[in-house]
Amino acid sequence: MNYAVTRMLAPVRLPFVVTPGEALSRFLSALVEGRLIGERCSECSKVVLPPRGACPTCGIATNPRDNVTVSDGGTVVMFCIVNIPFEGQTIKPPYVYASILLDGADVPLLHLVEVPVDKARMGMRVRAEWAPPTERKPSLEAIRWFVPTGEPDASYEAYKEYA
Amino acid sequence: MRDVAIASFAQATFERSSKDEVELLVDVITRARAESRLSKSDIGFTCSASCDYLGGRPFSFVSALDAVGAWPPISESHVEMDGAWALYEAWVRLQHGDVDAALVYAFGRSSQGNLNQVLSTQLDPYFLAPLWPEGDSLAGLQARAMIDAGVCSEDEIGSIATPRYGDGAAAMVLVAGPLLERASNAAVIRGIDHRIEAHSIGARDLTRSSSTQLAAEKAGACRRDVDVAVACAPYAYQEILLRRALSLTDRTRFTFLGGNSVYPYIVAGLSSVGEAFAKIASGKALSAVAHATSGPCLQQNLVCLLEVQP
Amino acid sequence: MDGSKSESRNPGGVRPLVADYLLEFTYKRSLGPVIGNFFSGLREQLIYGARTPSGRVIVPPTEYDPDTGEAVVEHVLVGDAGRVETWSWVAAPLACHPLPHPFAWALIRLDGADTSLFHAVDIGARESMKTGMRVKARWRAERIGTIRDLECFVPEWFR
Repeated sequence: MNYAVTRMLAPVRLPFVVTPGEALSRFLSALVEGRLIGERCSECSKVVLPPRGACPTCGIATNPRDNVTVSDGGTVVMFCIVNIPFEGQTIKPPYVYASILLDGADVPLLHLVEVPVDKARMGMRVRAEWAPPTERKPSLEAIRWFVPTGEPDASYEAYKEYA
Repeated sequence: MRDVAIASFAQATFERSSKDEVELLVDVITRARAESRLSKSDIGFTCSASCDYLGGRPFSFVSALDAVGAWPPISESHVEMDGAWALYEAWVRLQHGDVDAALVYAFGRSSQGNLNQVLSTQLDPYFLAPLWPEGDSLAGLQARAMIDAGVCSEDEIGSIATPRYGDGAAAMVLVAGPLLERASNAAVIRGIDHRIEAHSIGARDLTRSSSTQLAAEKAGACRRDVDVAVACAPYAYQEILLRRALSLTDRTRFTFLGGNSVYPYIVAGLSSVGEAFAKIASGKALSAVAHATSGPCLQQNLVCLLEVQP
Repeated sequence: MDGSKSESRNPGGVRPLVADYLLEFTYKRSLGPVIGNFFSGLREQLIYGARTPSGRVIVPPTEYDPDTGEAVVEHVLVGDAGRVETWSWVAAPLACHPLPHPFAWALIRLDGADTSLFHAVDIGARESMKTGMRVKARWRAERIGTIRDLECFVPEWFR
């Protein structure tokens, strides 16, 4: 006698050809050249990165004319230590994943920080370590990770708005 | 019930767009807001419409909020279906009386996937989805049923070609109360209703659109002597069912969006209402009926009745 | 992102990027007593419908009467053959379809049922397909309790 059927597998498998849009295409293409570009809002003057073609605060369109190059150095405003392995993970835990406010930007960028986990802290100054030019693809993996610069930590006042 | 009116509408439709959802939306939202002469802070409720499966990106409606400027935090909701249903939710919200303006928007970029296949994911997950019937196949069942029942001839139906699904976005501003009194060229929503048929396609009568008919009756739009009517559906043959279900008079000028034109999935229904609004706002009509559909073989339908602002 | 598949340049002077992307979900669904019973039946080559309080037999079964929303009252065995109510032809089947060669999708009113089951009909040529024709189930040899335990339907005259 068979047991009753109580569950079924319902797999979904759909192919797409995705496009990231025009602003994000500019951002991703610049990564290959080793540059980070954001968009400055003409109303609030904040620099948004990665750019999406609109200021998320003001809800108005940005323009290619408003592109600004942002430094690849910045400040760790928040971080977490990843201890849990998961599918698709490329680095062995534990490691540091941080919200990094690049100098000249007003939206923090999420990326890895190559630092012993017990040394990670808010306010730490870091700089991008780029993949070699020939290995760079239009993706945030063009930056391998951020590394501490050794500069004095930024004061909490300097970045608290973004933490 | 209090009067809620459409103050403005803007849309952009493409065969295929290289812009992403935020870029498409910021344009239409900016235009709709400007036309309504309201500012971002006047909007008390925002409701969006999209379908994550179109681009395969989970929670794409959250990142689309970048186009709205959701700061300070806004009161916001979302429907995973055509924008006409977001309009319905916003209309209900404005009935509460504490908010006098709402922004409704819809976006879809179906060019990123094979929509005919993607639409299988909206079907019954136990009996239908595992077989992966394509949208065209289900439409074919309905067209065949119509021919066999004598609703129309094979010639009238023509061939079931895959709709030219396109990319697009649309935005609409609704006003009520004091903001309606200040508005000009608005179209008052006199009635709005939506109805759904049984989920199981084999339990439905495919030879008529009973949900359209019921929605039209409940919206007060059935057999109404209106100036214009706008209906939309992806397949040309579905116009026959919609004309019958709406029971319009001979005097009504009827427009069907779909069939051979680019069909912006998720946006089309809101476009249909927007088209009807535009006829009233431009003085070409004093009254209009608009129709929107969602799901396979006209599974669910929305009808609204618009009249010129008194 | 694969930057090599580029389209025309946008106003910012950069080609919009394009990338292939495969979406996969490995959902498992629980079935409940009515649909679970239907799939358990398929393994035994039996097709169960559900009887509503008004006496209609719903196949494939739902937990409720699609007209009234009332709970169904009992499982009812129906036939594995029936009548084609409507159909459409698939000239170019996809890999995910039940048959590798051209076939028809059909709504099939099984003997004893009051609603129709959607499934494939293996009939060879489009010209042979007729509304009202009788078809019967072709069962998969290995059945695990899914709608695809029914491989497809075939004309009743076909052996």
